Amino acid sequence: MSEPQRIPARIASAKTMKKIMADHFLGIDAASKDPSKRVAWCTSVGPAELLQGFGFEVYYPENHAAILGATRKATEYIPYANAAGYSPDICSYLTADVGAYMQGYTPLTAAYGIESVPKPDVLVYNTNQCRDVQDWFMWYGKHWNVPVLGIQTHRNIGEVTREHIDSISGQIRKLAEDLEPIAGKKLDMDQFRESVRLSRKCSELWEKVLRTGSHVPSPLTFFDGQIHMGPAVVLRGTRIAVDYYEQLLAELQQRIDEGVAAVPGEKVRLYWEGMPVWGKIRALSEQFFELNTCVVASTYCNSWIFNQLDPDEPFESMARAYTELFIVRSDPVKEDYIAEMCEDFKVDGVVYHDAKTCPNNTNNRYGMPQRLTERTKIPHLVINGDLNDLRCYSEEQAKTNIEAFVEQLTEG
Amino acid sequence: MDLFAGIDVGSSATKAVCIDENLNVAGRGHAYSAADFEGAARKAFGQALEEAGASESDVKAVVSTGYGRTNVAFATRRRTEIDCHARGAYHYFPMAITVVDIGGQDNKVIEIDGNGKRISFSMNRKCAAGTGSFIEEMALRLKVPVHQVNELAEAATDESVSIGSYCTVFAMTEILGKIREGVKAEDLARAALVSVAKRVLEAHVFTGQVIATGGVVAHHPIMRKILQQTLGADVKVPPFPQHTGAMGAALFAAGAHGKESKDG
Repeated sequence: MSEPQRIPARIASAKTMKKIMADHFLGIDAASKDPSKRVAWCTSVGPAELLQGFGFEVYYPENHAAILGATRKATEYIPYANAAGYSPDICSYLTADVGAYMQGYTPLTAAYGIESVPKPDVLVYNTNQCRDVQDWFMWYGKHWNVPVLGIQTHRNIGEVTREHIDSISGQIRKLAEDLEPIAGKKLDMDQFRESVRLSRKCSELWEKVLRTGSHVPSPLTFFDGQIHMGPAVVLRGTRIAVDYYEQLLAELQQRIDEGVAAVPGEKVRLYWEGMPVWGKIRALSEQFFELNTCVVASTYCNSWIFNQLDPDEPFESMARAYTELFIVRSDPVKEDYIAEMCEDFKVDGVVYHDAKTCPNNTNNRYGMPQRLTERTKIPHLVINGDLNDLRCYSEEQAKTNIEAFVEQLTEG
Repeated sequence: MDLFAGIDVGSSATKAVCIDENLNVAGRGHAYSAADFEGAARKAFGQALEEAGASESDVKAVVSTGYGRTNVAFATRRRTEIDCHARGAYHYFPMAITVVDIGGQDNKVIEIDGNGKRISFSMNRKCAAGTGSFIEEMALRLKVPVHQVNELAEAATDESVSIGSYCTVFAMTEILGKIREGVKAEDLARAALVSVAKRVLEAHVFTGQVIATGGVVAHHPIMRKILQQTLGADVKVPPFPQHTGAMGAALFAAGAHGKESKDG
């Protein structure tokens, strides 16, 4: 008789992902050392496709900061940025990334033998994530004396209007003009359209991957999503990401066909709202696993679904994708979205992560959990923590809260 | 004699309760948790057995709870302190209630419906405000043993003295300022207890009967009056409020053996 499964089953495609992520970082590192190539830093939901249209190699510092978190190095380096005037209350991606750079550390060294993050020719942000990304990029811009360009988003958007789209697409067009001298060439519209097309394809596949979680039992967890979202963030706009998600989707579909559950004996299904706690992926994953509880869906992993992208209208469709994004929407729109997700994924409860340093991606501070529980009758739990700064996370408290929540959902 | 035991290994104190088949308390024990949770659990359990005039072989099931619930090797099951406080409080007050538990390092507010089903709960944020630690800090500052804080607070004459800061460090600085102004220790002691009550109560909307449990209420009986004044509503306290979680755990142990109470 086989031993009962103690930890979540690994997704076999992870091996492929590891390889393509390594290739990505090694490729950028090589480009940064090649005078004939140009490197651009881009925020996670920034205009990556446009940058690809100019032939830039694109690097995503939020991804790097998340790696600092996941490798539990962030908390060690955050204080260096704090001491330089970047408060412990602001984005701990920023403080971890800048603090690590100040100390000459990158997790890319241990993982891939890369000495340092790539020096950019330009840094391009979109404030749709938060204003902190702008400050983050400005720090590096000043440090390297390279240009910092950006898109200023609209916020608290209820109905998306023509004005919103015109405003953002206008900014993207202006950005294209400003990038031309830095790239040393004109925008290649064919390449731009192709990147938009591939991004759209990647996005559709990523959505299908995440949608497999609506199956009972779910073949994947939010924690799998946190790991497997890597290519959707850093390789969208490329064929590599499309191929990867085709492979991953096939594997998950096979799990469904064979009745394989990510959490065998799945009893409780939860929705996660807010940022991951990067340094606690494994601990949280194992705790939910032991409680026969599967976190089947999240707003966070859905943040890289851009089904508005259209190669025939690259500027406008990018503007629409960035403007219809959850993070920049009004609370009523966000609540409709979460309520629909809860229904589609048949969830029993919602966990809100109140991330101390990430107010923009924290949605429990203005009464939303209470309003949604009243509306959907689905109970909620708030846990206090942070994306990267583990000084803000009480593991014992979080564990007890989660265990007590599952008890509440399963009793009677 | 068949007994059922609950062990609540809290951050400050470990409590044990043994109940009989009729769910009556047969014995109670108490030990400081300190750095040896298993040892504290053994000690409190031993005291409860001694008070019950029983031996370990009489105990049919043990449920552990509290921060150290996983450290009680002799427990047959474990439940969170949220569940156990809810169960223990509902045992004494079988109606729709809101339990306010103020412990050494955390507080919890648990809403229970008329059938004893937990509707919602929340714990304090990562902060000493609204917990026993705040009172311990204040006792240190006033240089009085923590068990004398209640007596001091009972002797307060100026109820207008208040401590407004959320942060414990800021609150202690605030107290320093008041000492400098000549505010009496008695009034400061009361103000500190009012601060704990406010920090717990201000974070929630209360409906139904409020039940106060936990070590802070057990060791500072004046807290009930302060909670009532702060809330503007009646607050009830079960017998031996520090043992409510252990009692709930013992009830779970009995329940697992088919000894269900009428309320549960």
